[in-house]
Amino acid sequence: MLTSPAPVHRARTLADALAWRATHPHATVLAGGTDLMVFLELGSANPTSVLDLWGCTELRGISEDGRTLGALTTWTDMVRHPALPVALRDCARTVGAPQIQNRGTIGGNIVNASPAGDSLPMWLVTDATFELASVRGVRQVPASAFWLGYRKTALAPDELLVRVHLHPHAGDRLHYRKVGTRLAQAISKVVLGGRLRIEGGIVTEARVALGSVAPTPIRAHHVEAALLGKPVDPAAAAAVADDIAPIDDIRSTAAYRRTVSANVIRAWLEGEAAA
Amino acid sequence: MTIGIGIPRADGAAKVTGRALYVDDLRPEGCLYGATVRSERAHATVLAITLDPSYDWTGITLVTARDIPGRNLVALITEDQPALADGVVRHVTEPIALVAAPTRDRALEAVKHVQVTYGDLPYNLDPEAAEGHPVAIYGTDNVFKRIAIDKGAAAGTVAGIVHEGTYRLGLQEQLYIEPQGMIASPREDGGMTVIGSMQCPYYVHKALKALLGHDRLNAVQAATGGGFGGKEDYPSMVAAHAALLALKTGKPVKLIYRRDEDLRATTKRHPAIFRIRSVVAPDGRLLEWTASTIFDGGAYNTLTPVVLSRGILHLTGPYRCENVHLSGVAVATHTPPNGAFRGFGAPQAMWAVERHMDRIARGIGVDPLVLRRLNLLRDGDTTASGGVLTDTGGFAVLDAALAAAEAPLPPITRHPGAGTNHARGRGLAMVFHGCGFTGNGEAYIKGKVGLELRGSRVTILTASTDIGQGTETIFPQIVAAELGVPLEWVDMAPHDTDLVPDSGPTVASRTTMVVGGVAQKAARKLREALQAETGLATGDIATLLAARTSSAPLRVEHQYIDDGSVQWNPDTYQGDAYPTYGWSCAIVDLDVDRDTGEVLYRRFISATDVGRAINPVLAAGQLEGGALQALGWATSEEVVLDARGCMRNDRLTNYIIPTAADAPEMVTLLIEIPFAGGPFGAKGIGEIPMDGPAAAVAQAIEAATGAVLDNLPMTPERVLGAM
Amino acid sequence: MIRFTVNDQDVALDAPPMSRLLDVLREGARLTGTKEGCGEGECGACTVLIDGVAVNSCLVPAIQADGCRVTTVEGLASDGRLHPVQEAFLRFGGAQCGICTPGFLVTAKALLDANPHPTRAEAREALAGNLCRCTGYQKIIDAVTEALAGPDVDAAATSTPAC
Repeated sequence: MLTSPAPVHRARTLADALAWRATHPHATVLAGGTDLMVFLELGSANPTSVLDLWGCTELRGISEDGRTLGALTTWTDMVRHPALPVALRDCARTVGAPQIQNRGTIGGNIVNASPAGDSLPMWLVTDATFELASVRGVRQVPASAFWLGYRKTALAPDELLVRVHLHPHAGDRLHYRKVGTRLAQAISKVVLGGRLRIEGGIVTEARVALGSVAPTPIRAHHVEAALLGKPVDPAAAAAVADDIAPIDDIRSTAAYRRTVSANVIRAWLEGEAAA
Repeated sequence: MTIGIGIPRADGAAKVTGRALYVDDLRPEGCLYGATVRSERAHATVLAITLDPSYDWTGITLVTARDIPGRNLVALITEDQPALADGVVRHVTEPIALVAAPTRDRALEAVKHVQVTYGDLPYNLDPEAAEGHPVAIYGTDNVFKRIAIDKGAAAGTVAGIVHEGTYRLGLQEQLYIEPQGMIASPREDGGMTVIGSMQCPYYVHKALKALLGHDRLNAVQAATGGGFGGKEDYPSMVAAHAALLALKTGKPVKLIYRRDEDLRATTKRHPAIFRIRSVVAPDGRLLEWTASTIFDGGAYNTLTPVVLSRGILHLTGPYRCENVHLSGVAVATHTPPNGAFRGFGAPQAMWAVERHMDRIARGIGVDPLVLRRLNLLRDGDTTASGGVLTDTGGFAVLDAALAAAEAPLPPITRHPGAGTNHARGRGLAMVFHGCGFTGNGEAYIKGKVGLELRGSRVTILTASTDIGQGTETIFPQIVAAELGVPLEWVDMAPHDTDLVPDSGPTVASRTTMVVGGVAQKAARKLREALQAETGLATGDIATLLAARTSSAPLRVEHQYIDDGSVQWNPDTYQGDAYPTYGWSCAIVDLDVDRDTGEVLYRRFISATDVGRAINPVLAAGQLEGGALQALGWATSEEVVLDARGCMRNDRLTNYIIPTAADAPEMVTLLIEIPFAGGPFGAKGIGEIPMDGPAAAVAQAIEAATGAVLDNLPMTPERVLGAM
Repeated sequence: MIRFTVNDQDVALDAPPMSRLLDVLREGARLTGTKEGCGEGECGACTVLIDGVAVNSCLVPAIQADGCRVTTVEGLASDGRLHPVQEAFLRFGGAQCGICTPGFLVTAKALLDANPHPTRAEAREALAGNLCRCTGYQKIIDAVTEALAGPDVDAAATSTPAC
């Protein structure tokens, strides 16, 4: 309601956006607006200028093979894309509700770096790489090296996230679980991503990641280690206690997050063990 | 006949096309925007109110308590609540000053530059410590109201199996989707018009009269985006503020609350603590029932004594017992005042009663359903206050709901990201709800309804508002049916205190049953007036109209007449507490996620004795909407206060009400056991759906998981903790 | 200057680029059918269509509507005839206090355009971004799932007069 007077640069091409970004490193970047407009309403953002990427159509959409997602890909784009794994599409379906899914972007979710970002564990467990661009060039940063601290990322001031690259491996089993109090319009209290590669009945690769249980989305390395080299063992879930540092906040308690983190990992592994 | 038909709502076309005008949709010429400076302290003296000298105050007007021409109060039951704090604040968010500015942004900005200097005082937020607390908030002992009702043998003298339990619940927010809002405009005669979102235009009128010191004023209801009690008394505060700004600036002033402000500042359901001690026979028959309660009223009295009263009078539940001892106290704490919310004390009581019935069932190893059936009230039984029951619908609704529950559950929906490790449970609750005002309230209020005939058009003049429940549709149905004329002949006058008589407030499930009855009698008067005018004996309105020689409008008015059918002593709390009771049985089927404690609702069945459904579609809509508010209260709606008593989760993202995806499929059964005192047999139904669902959910969670929960809300955190 | 069409009418308005589309519609274009319930994309009362896609207009900066086709509740009826979902809301009792109704209708239109015969579960998921406190959603879901049900209604909604 407090209308921001900030001027807006509407980029139409990525080149234009990067050039403008190079000279306006303090500008606030706008994509679908579903976070920024809330920050403006709450008075927690007060931009001096805004770089609007929404018109950069080259950053929108998902490649046919489902391996490359433009930063402006909306949740609705993900929900509808047939080549994406069900777990990723399910993840997109749990973000807010359709109006948010129609406007919110994966790039915004990744760059805003909220520890509760619904999609973030999924990028960790898929070993996604983020393509960051600036006028200086392009670099690929693995998701596991992107979130540095509470709402802090590896983005340089002149960089923009432009694409997300997935590296799917046939036969890997991907899992998504969100715990929110209600089934839509929920901010996660615990969000879980998981991926298992099972060869000859033995777990040969494991990725477990959680959101809302630490200042950043995190990999549960202890759980992963406990899973490797044997048949799927639901008891590995207990190791999550050494991976997470949840807090009490307005949405839930540290104790709940601790118990539920272990429970949802165990429930997933039990399902996999029975599969 | 227009009764019993689910005709589309009269205001429906305007609402589905976007033409219906709510207060924020209005923009009078030259309108300014108001905003409120609120206390940041729970209890403090206000040492100074100063303007930030570095801020540009051009075009901005400040109002403080000194600008009030009349009395500085929000007139309601008692006169303890100021419109603007004068010297001392008693709760966080208490209004201290007001600003008006040419734009909404400027007004909100200016508020931040009004500097309040406080002298901190000690405060108490704990209702259990409130009575006799050394820091006085209200009177000398911080007690707003104390009530005791005793029936039968002295407490503790009956032998049998004893169970004792304590049951607690917290605040609940009404969460009307349209926030509070009001526009005040100076009138040419030096008076004031306020238009806005409200349930009770005459409450607003009364408050403004005291505040402004004159009655050259009118209160007008705009289309109102939900109330649920939250717009019973609080709009008087908003109107008072808008009027003070309009008075000082000489211009119309619009005051619309932002959602966060609305959540922090406005009234909520009273938190309560109950202690129940029961004595039963081995088969579960209730022999003695002793229950006490503390209601937290917040810092000012508002409607608290009446809320406590209804709470106490429902504290036996719909069960028969010869030896009953009920007592309760409503206390003051340094928190924002609590007020009306659908059910008005009864849902709190019913939660405790139904949980205690489950405790007894558990304790003596009896099926909870059998226990309820054994003790259920029936015609001829007496209530705790000694009233003799008629038109009881307990068994009818119980049997109807159980029959409906035989049907298979709707198919399971796969929710993305959700788990599958579920435990299934079913729970049932039985409730009754006193319809209309407590005791002799109607005889005291004496509501009026007018009818005005112009040509063949009959206009109903009433202050009973439509806040979504359907007054605009139901009153014409009643009047058209009584007169035997087509529905199209009947309409409603705007709810403007300059035009309509005081029908009493739009509260307490009384609008259809009581005011609708007054409208029906007004219609009879209109017929009699036509008969007198034409000299004809026929009751046929078309014939009478054809015989009329005068084309002058014909106006009649009827006022509620106390026919003596309700005998009530407000001092001793003895007699008929209510004209009649509604009865309802709730059955919920749910899944509990064993890993997270989340509750997923599968199906909700209710069977409710509505007396007579004037409009079955609207009636079912009331019951379904109320049920979902109760289901939200059961598992997700929790107000979290900080150390100053200020609501921390003041956003719709963290005060969690159910979405369409969370809501269960509902089966809504209308059972008709007519009440002779209601129009065509109608009973009040607005509040009863709030009473039962939470307890049914608790029973279902217990059935599914064994977890026993005696406190609301049953959040996933609490459910998991109890499993 | 921001230019777009609202309900097929051209609109050109002066507004700060980061002002909310909601305010531009309500205050600038005086289309007050679009409501504000929370200002943060939770309640959906401000839902409009941008190029046919349902969005929360409180979360869309005005500049992003530039050059777009915006549809509000006022644009659902055409030629004096209500949209079938508006009719269904009347018939089934989908509106009570009415403040959430415009948002529901706009979201429902987008759903029905893509999926004329949604299941109840599909309708619940599609409408989960619109909060209602009056109805318990039951009659809203009834109305949305039945809006285009039945051959008569279907025909009326899709056919043009033969002559």
